[in-house]
Amino acid sequence: MNALVPLVVTLPLLGAAIALITSRHRRVQVLVSIVTLSVALVISLVMLVAVDAGKPLAVAVGGWPVPFGIVLYVDRLSALLLVVSAIVLLAVLLFSVGQGAADGDDETPVSIFHPSYLILATGIFDAFVAGDLFNLYVGFEILLVASYVLITLGSTESRIRTGVVYIVVSLVSSVLFLAAIAMIYAAVGTVNMVQISQRMAELPPSTQLTLHLMLLLAFSIKAAVFPLSFWLPDSYPTAPAPVTAVFAGLLTKVGVYALVRTETLLFRSDDVNVLLMWVALATMIVGVLGAVAQAELKRILSFTLVSHIGYMVFGLAVATPASIGATIYYMVHHIVVQTTLFLSVGLIERRAGSTSILRVKGLMRAAPLLAALYFIPAINLGGLPPFSGFIGKFALFDAAASQGGGLNMLLIVGGIVTSLLTLYALMRAWNLSFWREKDDAPETETLQRIGYLDAAPLATVTTERRVIPRIMTAATTGMVCVTVALTVFAGPIYDVCARAGASILQPVQLTQLTEEVGR
Amino acid sequence: MTLSGILIVVMAVLFAAGVYAILERSLTRMLIGFLLLGNAANLLLLIVMGAPGRASFYPSTGSGTGGAERISDPLPQALTLTAIVITFAVSAFLLALIYRSWQLGQQDIVVDDTEDVAVRARGEAVEEVLDDEVEVEDADDKDATDFVGVVTAPITVLHHRDLAGIHDDAPTDDPDRPRGGDA
Repeated sequence: MNALVPLVVTLPLLGAAIALITSRHRRVQVLVSIVTLSVALVISLVMLVAVDAGKPLAVAVGGWPVPFGIVLYVDRLSALLLVVSAIVLLAVLLFSVGQGAADGDDETPVSIFHPSYLILATGIFDAFVAGDLFNLYVGFEILLVASYVLITLGSTESRIRTGVVYIVVSLVSSVLFLAAIAMIYAAVGTVNMVQISQRMAELPPSTQLTLHLMLLLAFSIKAAVFPLSFWLPDSYPTAPAPVTAVFAGLLTKVGVYALVRTETLLFRSDDVNVLLMWVALATMIVGVLGAVAQAELKRILSFTLVSHIGYMVFGLAVATPASIGATIYYMVHHIVVQTTLFLSVGLIERRAGSTSILRVKGLMRAAPLLAALYFIPAINLGGLPPFSGFIGKFALFDAAASQGGGLNMLLIVGGIVTSLLTLYALMRAWNLSFWREKDDAPETETLQRIGYLDAAPLATVTTERRVIPRIMTAATTGMVCVTVALTVFAGPIYDVCARAGASILQPVQLTQLTEEVGR
Repeated sequence: MTLSGILIVVMAVLFAAGVYAILERSLTRMLIGFLLLGNAANLLLLIVMGAPGRASFYPSTGSGTGGAERISDPLPQALTLTAIVITFAVSAFLLALIYRSWQLGQQDIVVDDTEDVAVRARGEAVEEVLDDEVEVEDADDKDATDFVGVVTAPITVLHHRDLAGIHDDAPTDDPDRPRGGDA
């Protein structure tokens, strides 16, 4: 069973190499990508079942003795996130295949897209199975470098402009992370996460706090936590729809995952929890206010993405087993729902030629299926019962309320307000682009259309109905089904999350890790 | 042997200069800033290694006075090497990006987010549309039901052959195509 762990990292890497070699044969590339990610999904599922039933899996890469070499480590949290990210990556891949086929691959040069996409998958998987801090850094770098390529895909002017912001911000956070690793190594003489957590308690509190804050700073940039989140709504919406979808779903969650490990494993002291509470509140409120102000669907979604990171930080700051479990469930829910919403907005963009809610109208009549595909994840994200968003938020608030305290109550109120405002922003978009009839526009149509031509001078002139390829709709429908499944099977899924939350709070001993490797 | 103080000073200066340069709007200066920051971090990793000793592949039971405790800590060296490779790859990508940016816009600066500017400059009319309550009431007044006499029209994009007033002369970003015109 342990042998499966390195496979989730090496398989996509191998797939990327094959996809690069076969860049002239589109069908082969598509086949390689789909097969690779499907196998990764199966492996992750097997690992999740095995880990949930028994003990965590651990592999010492290269056979080095445990604290010295690289250790890959899969516990419930890692396995769960591996499964979810494999599902999301696969669905988005299918979506992009449909889009590529419909566009004649003009916009998305497939020869680069597939290898970069698989390398992105490698980085995400590597970050989730990393057992030492430096391997986590390498995982981050792998996924970031792939994301640099994907966010500037096609290198149009707007993508270069926004890509530069994204890349520079990511670079700064990477340098911070690297410096933090160096400091931690200087302080405790190891990069193995289990060993760090054992030795950290022996350091003076001020040193601990410094190291803790450095890591938090680096991960908060990646996770887009409030004062460090301004890069995200600027850079995500410009990328191609499938790229935005996978970035929104997964990349920030890798940052959140790193935050979870920092808070639960590396630094067990709760010296920054109050700070995290305030940061979480600010992230929720400021993020959602940004969403309310926007008139462009992708940007609305990007701002809600930032705002909902606040819920996860909130769960981390409460730091009880129940709240960590709720955070993990919320992460899973948010990965799936946010990706689905971005995919359906990709469909809207395709169908209506724009994502501005000022321009798009009458979609309810023109595309009823699309309306359903937007509506279900939208009310799910807004936290309406009985969907998974409601379950996640309720579990989170329940965990916080049972701990008590004025700050917790304030955060709960903030969370409810954020949830309502999210619903407001998404439903206003729904009213304008789906409910509004095509004819009741007050402005002169001509002026609007000239404006549209200015915005997209190269857009192909078409008066016939835009056809959405079936595979894109199928991929989005599949993701909507996954979001519904998160609600229907909320019991078992939540139980896994709760067990994961409970188990990562238990201290791990190095000897335990050695045993896992030995098995 | 003890830790070199000069290395620490150099690292601090590199970090300071890197932060200063990466805050610039010019992309080339930003690249320089990133390189300085990357080198500073690598230097920090080397400093973390502690007092330098023998190369770590020396046999620990050699002829000299050396023992296992006299060799350098090899792990930070491995980390530094990895970090150098990553910095190298990223700066290559950044150079390509800067070149492309220059190719497109003839200037290598970071510009403000256009959508942010648009939100800031939004007028009264747009706010009214966004306030969808008004919109829905209007629609109700006009028709008894929402479903009277509405044809599901396809979404059309006008072009200058439909309307003489429109000129499609926006710049293109395809270097092989002439500016303006519609091919």
